Amino acid sequence: MSTTTNFDGRSTGYLPEGADINRNIATRRLRGKIWQTLFFSSLVIGSLALATLLYTIIDDSFGYIAVQTKIDPEELSDRPLEELSKEELIEILRANISAGLFRRFDRDEPFSERSKESVLQLVEERVIGREVAAAFKLTESLLERERIEATVRERFPRAELEFHSWINREFLTRPMSSVPFLAGVGNAILGSLWVIAITMLLVVPIGILGGVYLEEYASDTWYYRLIETNINNLAGVPSIIYGILGLAIFVRALEPITSGAAFGVTDSNGRTILSAGLTMALLVLPLMIINAREAIRAVPQSIRQASYGLGATRWQTVWHHVLPNALPGILTGTILSLSRAFGETAPLIVIGASTFIVSYPDSVFDKFTVIPIQIYNWTSQPGSQFRSIAAAAIIVLLVTLLLLNATAILLRNRFKRRY
Amino acid sequence: MEQEARVGIERSAAIPPGVINLRGRRRFGERIVEAIVFICGAISIFTTTAIVIVLFQEAWLFFGSPEVDLTEFFGTTTWQPETGRFGIWSLMTSTLMTSIIALLVAVPLGLGAAIYLSEYASPTVRGYLKPILEVLAGVPTVVYGYFALTFVTPVILQGLLGRETVEIYNMLSAGLTMGIMILPLVASMSEDALSAVPRSLREGSYGLGATRLETSVRAVVPAALSGILAAVIVAMSRAVGETMIVALAAGAGPRFTFNPLQAAETMTGHIARISGGDISYASIQYTSIFAIALVLLFVTLLLNLLSGWVVRRFREVYE
Repeated sequence: MSTTTNFDGRSTGYLPEGADINRNIATRRLRGKIWQTLFFSSLVIGSLALATLLYTIIDDSFGYIAVQTKIDPEELSDRPLEELSKEELIEILRANISAGLFRRFDRDEPFSERSKESVLQLVEERVIGREVAAAFKLTESLLERERIEATVRERFPRAELEFHSWINREFLTRPMSSVPFLAGVGNAILGSLWVIAITMLLVVPIGILGGVYLEEYASDTWYYRLIETNINNLAGVPSIIYGILGLAIFVRALEPITSGAAFGVTDSNGRTILSAGLTMALLVLPLMIINAREAIRAVPQSIRQASYGLGATRWQTVWHHVLPNALPGILTGTILSLSRAFGETAPLIVIGASTFIVSYPDSVFDKFTVIPIQIYNWTSQPGSQFRSIAAAAIIVLLVTLLLLNATAILLRNRFKRRY
Repeated sequence: MEQEARVGIERSAAIPPGVINLRGRRRFGERIVEAIVFICGAISIFTTTAIVIVLFQEAWLFFGSPEVDLTEFFGTTTWQPETGRFGIWSLMTSTLMTSIIALLVAVPLGLGAAIYLSEYASPTVRGYLKPILEVLAGVPTVVYGYFALTFVTPVILQGLLGRETVEIYNMLSAGLTMGIMILPLVASMSEDALSAVPRSLREGSYGLGATRLETSVRAVVPAALSGILAAVIVAMSRAVGETMIVALAAGAGPRFTFNPLQAAETMTGHIARISGGDISYASIQYTSIFAIALVLLFVTLLLNLLSGWVVRRFREVYE
């Protein structure tokens, strides 16, 4: 082993001489270059992972689908179905479904009272029966069109091939369904909004005031240190533990309140929007306090001293000077806490988000589902079409988060103040 | 305005000396505000207390039930609530396996990224690279779970190792994806530690003729070691508590195995699966998740405290 190429700071008593010096320097430079490439490549790997993640999502959310119908609509009528009158549609329905089924629909809601749209929907569902026989990913759809066409012709001769974007307007507004093609995130979006609204109503005022306490009011006492350590440690508690806390306290112990039984709601248990919002509030609160603190600390001391110097009380100083100056920072922190709450899944699974509900929420005592829960649910289902709607729901979630964060960055730059 | 001020002056001038009370007036509003603000700060104490009470209470019921005893809980490796066997180790090993795989990915990559960003990159390059890490950090974990199940397992692992050897649900896929998820955390905490090292140390090293690599690895990294260690420990705690990736990709059934290509449920994954269904509050399964959660809380709390201790104990202080 040659000591010249193996120079390192710890080799004692050896100094390279003459031509060795150049060789020594060359080796060290080479080693430097190699490691620089390695350091850089860890960032490349990170970027590649991100790119692959996005590619997988987009690959799953668009592509050809083979749509198959039980009956060609043209066989039913020589005019488009939309132009037919309600009576003609009822006749089509009577002719094509069993008499028993027809009577059942009539019993559920008499045909004379149904709207034309509702009859048309029945015809489309029961008679025409559009269903997706096969779905393909974006990459194969673009690169291997001929093969897809051949497969579909061979296996589903009556199916029609069309390019489908799994994320579309119906997807955003429709409620859940057990058929992926007909499923949507409409009630999950509303559920997310309800839960976030409750969380924010609680967390924003309490978080800001908590930050004010820690920065402006507290003196260095044992309980101040306890609260401070406690908040920092709470931020590191796994989110699923908050779910368990919510399950025990809000869902179970406070069930009369969170189910709405105390307010006259009867058909519900504790697994409601209110429980979810409260649980999420406990989870986000430490984060919000820490963010608010940062923003309040950034307000220079001179502003407070000027206010006290004019004889203002502590609360006057905080309310009229510190908080207005800290507002942009607090807003940014609020948005960051909000986006955390948006993507959080685990605690809501524990407190029992419903994986299958078709109704839209209209009060805090309703069962709920949120976008991340839908993603979880659809990802864990077998079948490529469920993957596709999971990917479409992920796009909805990521775009929402992107918009929120862009707003936070804009606010930060727009209101940035230099003292 | 002006008139008001004059009135004020006249009035105070009218008061004979010695009567003015210079001591602060007692303001009840201030007192009330102070109390409210204190309560808002102290609510976090309520959260902690509630967590501790709830977990201990239900775990007490669990350990008090006839099917369970502590030696079985901490000493055996089968977790089958149906047959009344509760050995935490089958859940614990998979939690440790996935977390260690995650750290094996996140620590070298995160540290490499941190060294590059702090020691090599120009401000412009940094401006382009930093957001990538921030986006990675902002992706919700359920999305990573989807990624592990639809890409990492079928395309990478089964593509490289074959369908027969790699199960659809496996710890390796969950661990690798979790590593990517934690990478930004390790990178940003380490980078903070590295950039806190004073410039004079680097200049001293360059002055002695060291190359950039030698300066980074021999002077800057050792000086920032406490911060980097803390980052690794916090990352470990994050990995242990992470739920969605393992719930989706690691498997849905407890199993005592050290083969990363097999499926095995972690502690968090088990809690999520069991509580997701409608379980009866009286069942032993319900109380068992509190016992698991207590162990989980204990492990993560220990790691978080350890990281704080490492920072305080090994911090190199410069002026």
